Amino acid sequence: MPSIDDLTVGDVVAEAAFGLTRDSLVRYAGASGDFNPIHYRDDVATSVGLPGVLAHGMLTMGLAVQPVVDWIGDPARVTDYQVRFTRPVLVDPTDGASVGVVAKVGQLDSDAGTARIDLTVTFNGETVLGKAQVRVALDHA
Amino acid sequence: MSVNPELQGRAFPPAPPYLVGREKVREFSRAVFATSPINHDVDAARAAGHADVVAPPTFAIVLQETTLGQLLAEPDSGIDFTRVVHGDQRFSYSRPIVAGDLLTAQLAVTSVKTLGGHGLVTAETTITDSDGVHVATAVSALVVRGDE
Repeated sequence: MPSIDDLTVGDVVAEAAFGLTRDSLVRYAGASGDFNPIHYRDDVATSVGLPGVLAHGMLTMGLAVQPVVDWIGDPARVTDYQVRFTRPVLVDPTDGASVGVVAKVGQLDSDAGTARIDLTVTFNGETVLGKAQVRVALDHA
Repeated sequence: MSVNPELQGRAFPPAPPYLVGREKVREFSRAVFATSPINHDVDAARAAGHADVVAPPTFAIVLQETTLGQLLAEPDSGIDFTRVVHGDQRFSYSRPIVAGDLLTAQLAVTSVKTLGGHGLVTAETTITDSDGVHVATAVSALVVRGDE
């Protein structure tokens, strides 16, 4: 478990890359109950003007916090998590999509024992989430 | 068709109680690439002080979806589902969701705005446990695209 006393604003605390395939989208659809066909049918996606099948925004949000969970060691230490969906993640039927996550300390509140971790989430060199912030509860050394 | 401004402030009846299953937590965890033993292994979760496996931070969306279904089913909502885009999402937890929880989700529409021809609806879902104690609040900002 990282201690809040060892952190400085700007520290990179976690980095990861996630490979998404069409299988990942089907799996998320089943697990979440979000069966919007734009997440698994090219014909439906293109009929509503999209360039192709997109990942669920909630899948991107869900995986982007995982490097932070692994860093703090317990998902229960995430007390608040917010994002803005700014760009879609297009998932190619053969090549899939790679989503990168960098987690940095954005703010520290030593008295409350909490840190705000800011996520930079990218696909194809562009950020796909805005204002992606995770509030975590940490212990002192 | 545009979003009915009278939706603002409307409270909905609670959705039917949702029992959080252990296998559902594991299934959802796999789907969001959550590999922490605390999401999957009961012994690891108990060793960390939890009653059972802990759901990932975005699991509350499963409960919120049921309440958003109520909103879209409102005959006077003026919301065309095919034009809805997810704008923002936030989860605030008083305590984590764990397998075995019997949760109740209740929706309120906290804000309806029009911006550049688009409708902006803020839907807030409050999740409580079987004792009526707050567990989490999920807030979705939905953008309803206007006619092109």
